[in-house]
Amino acid sequence: MTTASPRKPRSTLRPADRIFAGSTIVAGSLILAALAAVAVFLIAQSIPALVVDPAELKGSPSSFWAYVGPLVFGTVWAAFLALVMALPISIGIALFISHYAPRRIAQGLGYIIDLLAAVPSVVFGLWGIKVLAPAVTPLYGWLVDNLGWLPFFAGDVSGTGRTILTVAIVLAVMIIPIITAVTREVFLQTPRLHEEAALALGATRWEMIQMAVIPFGRPGMISAAMLGLGRALGETMVVAMVLSPALVVNFVLTSSQNPATIAGNIALNFPEAHGVDVNALIATGMVLFIITLVINSIARVVINRRKAFSGAN
Amino acid sequence: MNSVLSKYKRLATIGAVAIAGTILLSSCAANEGGTTDPGAGGSELSGTIDGAGASSQGSAQEAWVAAFQTANPDVTINYDPSGSGAGREAFIAGGVYFAGTDSALKQEEIDGGFAACVPDTGYVQVPAYISPIAVIFNVEGVDNLNLDAATLAGIFKGTITTWNDPAIVALNADATLPSAPITAVHRSDDSGTTKNFTDYLNKAAAEIWDAPAADPFPYKVGEAAQGTSGVVDAVTNGSNTIGYADASKAGSLGVAAIKVGDEFVTYSPEAAAAVVTGSPAGDTAGPTDLVIKLDRNTTDPTHYPLVLVSYIITCNEFVDAEAAPVVKSYIQYITSEAGQTEAATSAGAAPLAPELSAKVATVLDAIK
Repeated sequence: MTTASPRKPRSTLRPADRIFAGSTIVAGSLILAALAAVAVFLIAQSIPALVVDPAELKGSPSSFWAYVGPLVFGTVWAAFLALVMALPISIGIALFISHYAPRRIAQGLGYIIDLLAAVPSVVFGLWGIKVLAPAVTPLYGWLVDNLGWLPFFAGDVSGTGRTILTVAIVLAVMIIPIITAVTREVFLQTPRLHEEAALALGATRWEMIQMAVIPFGRPGMISAAMLGLGRALGETMVVAMVLSPALVVNFVLTSSQNPATIAGNIALNFPEAHGVDVNALIATGMVLFIITLVINSIARVVINRRKAFSGAN
Repeated sequence: MNSVLSKYKRLATIGAVAIAGTILLSSCAANEGGTTDPGAGGSELSGTIDGAGASSQGSAQEAWVAAFQTANPDVTINYDPSGSGAGREAFIAGGVYFAGTDSALKQEEIDGGFAACVPDTGYVQVPAYISPIAVIFNVEGVDNLNLDAATLAGIFKGTITTWNDPAIVALNADATLPSAPITAVHRSDDSGTTKNFTDYLNKAAAEIWDAPAADPFPYKVGEAAQGTSGVVDAVTNGSNTIGYADASKAGSLGVAAIKVGDEFVTYSPEAAAAVVTGSPAGDTAGPTDLVIKLDRNTTDPTHYPLVLVSYIITCNEFVDAEAAPVVKSYIQYITSEAGQTEAATSAGAAPLAPELSAKVATVLDAIK
């Protein structure tokens, strides 16, 4: 009956607890340390490019910011286009898997989508060059001939299809699995009671999704979109391989002269760069780092603000 | 039945191994015999040698290193294709024993001295890798295309925009040229190929191509693609395209003939080597500096002026006396007939002409 053990009361931690608590702290701080190390490297290596006479930089731009400006535009523009294409499709797939498809099909489809996320980007790049670009060239020709009055299709059409629209399509295919996986999980978390209440009030399935699933899943959809956007912003290989770049700022989707992206530009020019040009490329990398941080922070703020009204509580 | 068959198979396997071995051994022997320096064949060489520089030499260097290390098992050679500028910088700072570069040393780089060399003993700069650049095109119904420098410059600068432009028609009376727009593809990455291509246009068609030779493509026109294979892909998969690429990668694409003098010349290894041999010495040339100022305006139809020449830079007298014989025999191997043949088969380079090769050998003999 008595459990008079010689041990002390359980208020003190056991070794396993200590070890586990310690290792989680280490894991948590490691990621911060890695981030700090990257930030320090970027800043330290960027300074020479920021202080040097811009005439010494490649192409002699009027300032470093004149050099990085078109690249920032290209990066954001390509990622934005990719997100615009990927987000509706991803949400559609996620809703289909979570609320429409028979369970067996849903599972299979889920696996296939996850598989798509595992395809290396260089493979997507090759697909973009060898399959997609030649395939969309006639379509681009048609767009330019018939919709040339739109600023997006102005000017001469690219003869090889390696335009920013092609890149955005490949990027969209790459980020669809990420956005789909996250939104699917969020939609599946919708409280059963909310859904049943909606149905009981006479809502159709679409109305139920509108009233219960979407509001509940909105913060999750936003963070999924931001994850996808982050990948699209930083994607290097596909852009370097597929895009026909130039240091320009324009919104044309079908021309040979496309705004380059930061990551793609680094990949193209790093192998032959030396001296201060290396610093300039790293400085553009720092700009990309800052853009990603800002976009993620905005997403955080949006999510936190929406949480209160999501209906989940 | 089966056992008999398998016995035959085994015999056949042994035979195949034996034959393969013989070929392998004899090819090694051929390598050793081919090098001009007696030291190169000897296996007494040992040590690790680092080099860096032009990525254009990259695949040739890989082949050279493999062949040289097979002949000299105790030697390790590393070549880092980090780019011409980076290679020259590393050599000047003493980080590497030799550098490969598409652009010759500049006077101020020479004046600054070289950390790996004994002071005031100078340096060695010899041509080691010649790569013809082909103008490739993919136009339906056109198999042969003749171009002169001015037309080529116009096409890549965007002043000639359709295939049936009078300037192109005038050079190709027999061809049926479409009225389609021209898609001119250039490199999107910095490249020695672009530098030599634009140097040719700048020298041979200066009134149109007013931008000086440079690694990045100078004008904001046309299509861009990554690397030689990217350009070849874009030209192949696109329609009514034209581009420039290392001749060895042209594949089955149409290759334009370039006007030299009064004739149209398609590239050939001999014609590429001939223009290098026939060109005058460069500004910094000296007894140990065989730099060449490529004669882009040559009028001799046995010459093909659209070539890339890549140099090897090293010391005349090394501070590190142990490394000297290894570097020396490696560069001797590279520039020997065997090495040049190796580069031709593995990287599509044009071998140095015998005359130039002999000059290079004399310079290399003095390295210590």
